[in-house]
Amino acid sequence: MRIPCPHCGSRSLQEFLYHGDATVQRPKDGGAAPTQAWTDYVYFRDNKNGPHQELWYHAAGCHAWLVVTRDLATHEILEARQV
Amino acid sequence: MKYSALTVLREALRGHKGWKSAWRDATPAPDYDVVIIGGGGHGLATAYYLARHHNVGRIAVVEKSWLGSGSIGRNTTIIRSNYLLPGNIPFYELSMKLWEGLEQDINYNAMVSQRGVYNIYHSDAQRDAYARRGNAMRLHGVDAELVDLPTLKAKIPYLDYTNARFPIQGALLQKRGGTARHDAVAWGYARAADALGVDIIQNCEVTAIRQVGGKVTGVETTRGFIGAKKLGVAVAGASSLVAAMAGIRLPIESHALQAFVSEALKPLIDNVITFGAGHFYISQSDKGGLVFGGDIDGYNSYASRGNLPTIEDVCEGGMALMPMIGRARLVRHWGGIMDMTMDGSPIIDKTPLDNLYLNAGWCYGGFKATPASGYCFAHLIAQDTPHDVAAAYRLDRFAEGRLIDEKGVGAQPNLH
Repeated sequence: MRIPCPHCGSRSLQEFLYHGDATVQRPKDGGAAPTQAWTDYVYFRDNKNGPHQELWYHAAGCHAWLVVTRDLATHEILEARQV
Repeated sequence: MKYSALTVLREALRGHKGWKSAWRDATPAPDYDVVIIGGGGHGLATAYYLARHHNVGRIAVVEKSWLGSGSIGRNTTIIRSNYLLPGNIPFYELSMKLWEGLEQDINYNAMVSQRGVYNIYHSDAQRDAYARRGNAMRLHGVDAELVDLPTLKAKIPYLDYTNARFPIQGALLQKRGGTARHDAVAWGYARAADALGVDIIQNCEVTAIRQVGGKVTGVETTRGFIGAKKLGVAVAGASSLVAAMAGIRLPIESHALQAFVSEALKPLIDNVITFGAGHFYISQSDKGGLVFGGDIDGYNSYASRGNLPTIEDVCEGGMALMPMIGRARLVRHWGGIMDMTMDGSPIIDKTPLDNLYLNAGWCYGGFKATPASGYCFAHLIAQDTPHDVAAAYRLDRFAEGRLIDEKGVGAQPNLH
């Protein structure tokens, strides 16, 4: 698999680190109290098949965080953009 | 038909014309008392233990493909109970005890071989961690011994003891660990469940879960509606997809794990060996192939196939541990989809829906758990209370902060 980095062009998978689902939103309440919103953010995922927006870090390249849209059924990359 | 030496002899004399199908190809009835989704190891084991130990009425297993087509046939066949945490050890030890009596119990040769599992350690710190793990096991009545370097060298002489980067210092050994024939586990449970009246319905994909007023009434399938008083889900790899049919979100990501088999070699590795400085585990099958694997690929996938960098990484681990395998050629490699939970431990629990039960999140350790998973899931479905040894595998442990994180890496499914 190769990831089209918007800064560096098409690069090998081995240059990147994976950080999971890019659609979950960190609650803005500071986290003083445990809430369902925090549990959902930290632990729960839709985990659907098909296009998946996910975070990749170009560790051995430009150090940019990317949001990559990738089809989980085929590994085809549909889009890659800067966070 | 009961399998025995006598039946083998009799069939040999009759030209093997008397063997019957191991299980019926059942057509779905309109409704059942219990329906299990998933005809893999865990689903079939659940159906078997339900029929064997609990009086729950009529049971069906529905499988979208052929029986045993998922992870039960796509693993490295290792069985062990060398865990560290109190939530895990009694469960996996129950599994090991069930493995030890499995073949007599289900009258099927699952080729359970307690050849010993050696976890190699490479540093003082790792020795301490393994000693701690061994002590935790022994406190729970599980066998474990720390093997020193001279003993290890005598037992496994072919490891690379001169490797300067990953020096071998010894190993943690569980003698009762070993391997089992993975397909035979599925077939054996299917045959034994079928003999007790369980309907095993293949090529029957669940497309929706029908519910009325917070209760499940049955499942829509490609072979029509099947009513169910209780519904169990044991579909590791696709748990999130099936749970979504009931409107339930899970703390799970699906990831691909690869495994590998070399060409057949003469008997060489007579136990299971794991590399402590990377992630690599290996055994040799009775056909002679070296069966090995390593880490998951590291990113979400439903594609059942892996990437080349992971293959390279696994093989580098093997070369660092036992360079002699470098000239063996790979014959096959394959990928399977794993339910990776946020703490690396499974879920056997009730769900927000009254009569829907969940067995999921086996990460890449589900094979060894097959008997206990079925045993405890059957208990949960029949009694509506968790079995003692599986009481920690709750779905609400994430909200409660009672994680069972063997690796201690937190909510990072790709690192477990």
